[in-house]
Amino acid sequence: MIKHRLHRLKKPITQIIILISSFWFLASLSFAQPISSTELINNAKLYDGKTVVYEGEVIGDIMQRGDYAWVNINDGQNAIGIWAVVPLVKAIVYTGSYKSKGDIVEIIGIFQRSCAEHGGDLDIHARLLRKISSGRTVVEKFNLGKRNTVLILAGFLCLILILRQLIRR
Amino acid sequence: MILKPRINDVKIIGYYLGKIILGLGLTMLIPIILGIALNEINPALDFLITLQISLVLGLILTKLCFTEKDLNWMQGMIVVSLSWLVAMCLGAIPLYLSNHWKSYLDACFDAMSGFATTGLVLVQDLDHLSLAHNLWRHLIMFIGGQGIVIVALAFFVKGASGAFRMYVGEARDERVLPNVIHTARFIWLVSIVYLTLGTIALGIVGILNGMKTFNAFFHGVCVFMAAFDTGGFSPQSQNILYYHSLPYEIVTVVIMILGAINFKLHYHIWMGDRKEILKNIETRTLFITVLITFCITAVGLAQVGAYPKALLLFRKGFYQLISGHTGTGYQTIYPAQFINDWSQLALVGVIIAMALGGAVCSTTGAIKMLRVGIIFKALVEDIKRIILPEHAIVVQKFRHIKEIFLEDKQARSALIITLAYLVLYALGTLAGMFFGHPFLNSLFESTSAAANVGLSCGVTNINMPAALKITYIFQMWAGRLEFMSVFTLIGFFVAVVKGK
Repeated sequence: MIKHRLHRLKKPITQIIILISSFWFLASLSFAQPISSTELINNAKLYDGKTVVYEGEVIGDIMQRGDYAWVNINDGQNAIGIWAVVPLVKAIVYTGSYKSKGDIVEIIGIFQRSCAEHGGDLDIHARLLRKISSGRTVVEKFNLGKRNTVLILAGFLCLILILRQLIRR
Repeated sequence: MILKPRINDVKIIGYYLGKIILGLGLTMLIPIILGIALNEINPALDFLITLQISLVLGLILTKLCFTEKDLNWMQGMIVVSLSWLVAMCLGAIPLYLSNHWKSYLDACFDAMSGFATTGLVLVQDLDHLSLAHNLWRHLIMFIGGQGIVIVALAFFVKGASGAFRMYVGEARDERVLPNVIHTARFIWLVSIVYLTLGTIALGIVGILNGMKTFNAFFHGVCVFMAAFDTGGFSPQSQNILYYHSLPYEIVTVVIMILGAINFKLHYHIWMGDRKEILKNIETRTLFITVLITFCITAVGLAQVGAYPKALLLFRKGFYQLISGHTGTGYQTIYPAQFINDWSQLALVGVIIAMALGGAVCSTTGAIKMLRVGIIFKALVEDIKRIILPEHAIVVQKFRHIKEIFLEDKQARSALIITLAYLVLYALGTLAGMFFGHPFLNSLFESTSAAANVGLSCGVTNINMPAALKITYIFQMWAGRLEFMSVFTLIGFFVAVVKGK
């Protein structure tokens, strides 16, 4: 009887254990320190195939390829390509360029030293993508020093042109 | 006895230098227009300042040194070598003003790297650089690849016989057409036609890759200019790895190979003589050296199991190798991976490829295929002389647009330039080792700089000593001009000091 009850409980217990361990795994990674791109590139063999946490600014284009997309994340040292399902990258609003500061995101994913799926690229296959801080549009401040230099040089240029004309006469 | 240069020499040099500065300054109108169109006002001001400085300098020089006399060989060579230094100094101003370069020396490094179509970079935070500055980085590769003097010859010089002396001084000893100005214009025609086709191809691939339309075409024009002129700059910090795309890699490989082919050969292909490509000594030599160096690289990569599948090994190995051999410097791996993931044998394969280069009268640097082919033919001739009976007449021929009998002076000339390149590679290697880098890393970076390639294994970075930066600048300059005009300039300064 007891044996029969235990057998019936086996499935839910297994499910609970998997759920707790998954939660613990993701939670531990969520609080793990991100690894820098330099560390990943310089020790690629060590991290190959392992789940890593990587953080940085989204730069350039989000390049959608079917149900997946490429996002390039720059942590200030290097940029690494992130392969993620499209719903994960939907949260990204700003991407880094001259006119905008990109969203800062945290990636949890599997690091590949030479990804067999992507032609041997060094990349990360994202499982989770979390926006840490939102980017913004960068408003260019007009540089008065440069404007003044242009005006001074323009005056100098006019002077030379006038002198050339006078010498010619 | 060394003769002191006369004031007339200085005047002629100054006049032509002034003309080239004016021409170079006017090219800055392109980033200015782009900057204004895209509302990048501060970057547009950076270029406006530099344009004004160029006009001031150019106008003063052309007025003070006005002459109607033509250039002699010495003056032509000096104009060329000085033009490249002045272009570096002027081209670096807008880069430095952007605040993306740590120092003016760093900006000069990237400007020389651009003009000399090398591709080594010291830029910081490239991913946030303005489009106007990014276009300029690639435009200077396009200008430098055709030749700074070619720009002036094609558009600003009318029928001067001294034009040929400047043309030769810029490491081009072959005329496509009988008239050197027509040759310069043909080189520009070829480049503009390919620019249009290449930009469309890369733009379409970019859109299919998921890029925004404007970005796809902007990247297309930039990447084309850097690939065709075998430069190696890229609009993003990850270089070609940014695109994560096999079609993009294939298109860039085709463009790199087109850039590494002799313009004279382009002319014959355009005129319908397609068989020439199969018979020409340069294309044959290129095919053989690519095959040999790729075998070395592939064995090296297989030794350490750098890539899990043969197809991946081919894709990564071949791309870096063809990029090195054509002198482009595009990378689909990170610089540190050369050292960490690749074996020493694989690195040696790439170094040999970089050292050999592409065709003469192309946009590549390094020893070049015609010289390699001639040296090989001369070696075969000497071996035949030893083996065959003494009375036998040994004659060697090679095909380069037409059948040419190999002469001793051709072999000697090829050997001298090859030797000069080897010395230049060694000089940079010693400098790298002096600053504490291992031998192979130093050799790799030195060869890359002197052969105007741009592949990096990580030695080139913003923290490297100023002396090493200057060494690489010198290597890029001397390597691009193939020594003669550089030696002439050194001789000129010696004559100024020691002459009577």
